[in-house]
Amino acid sequence: MKILVIEDEPQLLKNIKESLEKEKFIVETATDYPSAIDKIFIYEYDCILLDIMLPYGNGFDILVELKKKEKNENVIIISAKDALDDKLKGLELGADDYLSKPFHLAELNARVKAVLRRQKMEGKNTIKVANVVLDITERSFMVQNKAVPLNRKEFDILNYFLLNKNRLVTKSALAEHVWGDHSDGADNFDFVYYQIKNLRKKLQPSKAEIEIESVYGVGYKLVVI
Amino acid sequence: MKLLNQSMTYLSVSILAIVTLWATVFYFNMLSEIKSSIDEGLENHKRVIIKNAQQDHTILTKNYFDESFFTIEQIDKNQALSIKDLYLDTFLNMQDADDDAPEAEPVRMLITAFELDNAYYKLKVANSMVEEDDLMQELLYDIIWLYICLIVAIIFINNLVLKKLWTPFYNLLHQLKDYRLGKTKNLPQVQTNTKEFTDLQNAVNTLLQHTVATYEQQKKFIGNASHELQTPLAIVTNKLELLLEDGNLQQTQAENIAEVMAIIERLVRLNKSLLLLTKIENKQFLEHKTISLNKTVNNSIQDYQDIANFKEVSFRYTEHDDLGVKMDPALANVIVSNLFKNAIFHNYDGGTIAIDIAKNSLTISNTSNTEKLDGKLIFNRFYKPNHNTKGTGLGLAIVKAISDLYGFKISYQYNNNRHSFKITFPLTA
Repeated sequence: MKILVIEDEPQLLKNIKESLEKEKFIVETATDYPSAIDKIFIYEYDCILLDIMLPYGNGFDILVELKKKEKNENVIIISAKDALDDKLKGLELGADDYLSKPFHLAELNARVKAVLRRQKMEGKNTIKVANVVLDITERSFMVQNKAVPLNRKEFDILNYFLLNKNRLVTKSALAEHVWGDHSDGADNFDFVYYQIKNLRKKLQPSKAEIEIESVYGVGYKLVVI
Repeated sequence: MKLLNQSMTYLSVSILAIVTLWATVFYFNMLSEIKSSIDEGLENHKRVIIKNAQQDHTILTKNYFDESFFTIEQIDKNQALSIKDLYLDTFLNMQDADDDAPEAEPVRMLITAFELDNAYYKLKVANSMVEEDDLMQELLYDIIWLYICLIVAIIFINNLVLKKLWTPFYNLLHQLKDYRLGKTKNLPQVQTNTKEFTDLQNAVNTLLQHTVATYEQQKKFIGNASHELQTPLAIVTNKLELLLEDGNLQQTQAENIAEVMAIIERLVRLNKSLLLLTKIENKQFLEHKTISLNKTVNNSIQDYQDIANFKEVSFRYTEHDDLGVKMDPALANVIVSNLFKNAIFHNYDGGTIAIDIAKNSLTISNTSNTEKLDGKLIFNRFYKPNHNTKGTGLGLAIVKAISDLYGFKISYQYNNNRHSFKITFPLTA
């Protein structure tokens, strides 16, 4: 899987590259409008991460160029401008998703995978890890072909963990993903722990070969046993 | 006091003074004119009498006033020489149409002496004169009438002309009263040819333009600063995440990193709140929909259930009515959401949150360990009565900003140990 990251801030670019490479993606980078255009039209990518504010041009123009050349790469906009207008404009111009800065790497990871999955999916949108299957469309969870009922929150949490397999998911990233802005300003994210505890209680007895580990008390990691 | 009334007061006082002064001068002028005219008549009369006396000596013995209004009395030479022509005001008994009996009436009298055939005579000639009190009275009435006429005319002119002249001023004033910085789009504008008013308008508008420019700059600065912070915050967050992920950390190191991350989270929240505030003030939320607040509240209760459960805080939701409000749906969520957060995080374990929807109001109240808060400061940015809270100090400021944007009224009350926030929505017809 090849991913192009178009971002002018070198430090951020480095972080994104490092994170995506952990997922075994091949990551290429561009730091301004001309080099981005060059790369887009020479190579093929499975996904493009696109910053809106770029030297010598802007991300929307790149979207327009992509449309003109009838290239239908998956594009995720990464922008510091959390403006609804920009979001709508980007999606209208053919972007698949919009992520505003600052973001958690786990969130970026989940978005990239979700986009790639959508592209590949042929009628069925499922995540398979070890002996468990999560069906995104049906919103069902199976362990060894046996359905394990999950409530809405548990499903969302598990989905997020499966997209971030073997990766650190901080409590705040999880809270933001599952509870959205509502978790803002919470004294701490301890309430997340309750949900994790419930999820563990469902995974263990059903003999799922996955486990949610605690990482330094900061977050969690889903690993295959 | 209105300018019109003030000018009326000054005018009536000064006109009263002028008219009084004028009346006094006029009275004395007229009196002296009358007297000098009568005196000339008396002089003429004297000459006629002396001439007649030369021919008719009987006249010389006439020593009482009759219809011919003179007396003659013989005197010796010394006496005669000491007499100079003397005009004086005196009284004589007379009777006229309006008198029942003869009474003293003012007359003008000339006392003089003349010589005829070596004999000396003293002559008194009289002529009836205007009665001064009558004259004065008459004049007083006239003056009063003149005064009334003047005042009425001035009131009339003031009301008609001055009101018309001042219309542009009041118009400008009215527009200025309604002017709200950052809300009113157009500068106050009036049509007038009066130089003072165009000057005033220009001065006011220059001032307003300057203020608006400063205000816009300020807003832009907050917006830009927050935007500029987003990328560095993203870099730091992600760097720390990668650092934690790499492992090989001791527990204490990891804990320290976690603490730093928590602080950055706070920064991110603060920054997001500032951006939201700027956006609200820049009116970047333009969607206008009628939304059901009942629904918004229901959704929020679900969204916050987990967090509330964790804090063992329970909701009590009372719907008295269906409350539909015309506003941006995202902002409606922000309002309810911020009030919920506020009610949950300032609550104690096992506390309650009561949500009450009435015909045109939404009330959210919560139990808390904190005492009554200052209702005037509570909606201010960064107002934190407890400095140890990790909130941004912007939640209620955002609620207030949204309320201001749509003209909702928000109030705070503290009753029965409960903090209560009430938003009153304008009734739509």
